[in-house]
Amino acid sequence: MTNSRRQAEKIREISGTNPLKCMKCGKCSAVCPAFDEMDIKPHQFVSYVQREEIEALAESKSLWKCLSCFACVERCPRDVKPGVIIDAARQLVIRQRGAAYLKADEVPELLDEETPQQLLVSAFRRYRR
Amino acid sequence: MKYSYYPGCTLKNKAKDLDAYARRSAEALGFELEEIENWQCCGGVYPQGQDEIATKLSSVRALNDAKEKEQDLVTVCSACHHVLKRVNDDMQQGGDICTRANNYLKLEEAYTGETKVLHFLEVLRDRVGFDEIRKQVKKPLTGKKIAAYYGCLLLRPGKVMQFDDPENPRIMEDLIRALGAEPVIYPYRNECCGGYISLKEKEMAAGMCENIAGSAAGFGADLMITACPLCMYNLKKNGKQDLPVVYFTEILAEALGVKEEGAEE
Repeated sequence: MTNSRRQAEKIREISGTNPLKCMKCGKCSAVCPAFDEMDIKPHQFVSYVQREEIEALAESKSLWKCLSCFACVERCPRDVKPGVIIDAARQLVIRQRGAAYLKADEVPELLDEETPQQLLVSAFRRYRR
Repeated sequence: MKYSYYPGCTLKNKAKDLDAYARRSAEALGFELEEIENWQCCGGVYPQGQDEIATKLSSVRALNDAKEKEQDLVTVCSACHHVLKRVNDDMQQGGDICTRANNYLKLEEAYTGETKVLHFLEVLRDRVGFDEIRKQVKKPLTGKKIAAYYGCLLLRPGKVMQFDDPENPRIMEDLIRALGAEPVIYPYRNECCGGYISLKEKEMAAGMCENIAGSAAGFGADLMITACPLCMYNLKKNGKQDLPVVYFTEILAEALGVKEEGAEE
């Protein structure tokens, strides 16, 4: 099994969804509030996993731009759940490569008086191991 | 009626208002919130990976605690509610997570999702009833135009959350009506505010908040309400400065006449 195939398999395993069920309707991208910020759009993201082109996903901005708002998950007519697939790819690079979108050292200067605890625990759970 | 209560980290700190007004309102409406002893932070984000186990254990502990007391488990924070309800669903589905969590926790009796998780708003709707609340209102919020902001975590995914219609919710509008005010329906009420990126990408978050607050204001709102401390923070920091945002528990306590009573701390 090639490395790329193994990685795609891992994404399918973590997400528990089947990207092959996608019928390319584009609804996920149409409702995504982070669409403009994404280099690989949600519907494309699913296609990359289908084709097992994982390296491009691992380096994409989209990993960190997805807001986990579940808009695509709610509306996907095939239950492919693009947001869950993006989350699984993010988990993959965090776990295997130690990628960290947020470093502990940079947190103090990002805080202000009102920053809720919820934001920090969420950020650490989402963006780090 | 007594409920197990899971306040969560933020309600003990930056969102004390959300907690204090909920407790006072509960007392006024005749139900009791019994805080779970030694509850642990839910982590704020539901871990979506099928193989995530350890990150869900704090939720299972809280759920099991409520089960042992034979109480329903109530939360006020949108995020805690989201995490607890979804972990509970995982435990009900019974797969790998259920087996492993139980193997690890070694409870006297395995936990398989027996606890009913309720958001405070669901208690108001399904247990107290909005008609009853209407009767209990001491200071109706007559003339106020209030926009409910739902965001993501309360509603989606609808199949698991079972909270309200995820595309056209009405629970907060019904509450606003019961309190004597007028709800403002606007298209962005269940759109994401970009809370998670408000730490590092303030510009993107600002754009999203402006859309939401601008839409609410455009439809005539003079106040917004939310149940989420992160939405609150983001909308206040990055939204429309002249449109105030408060927690839904604040307008409830105000209308019930218990807003000032025994002020916090």
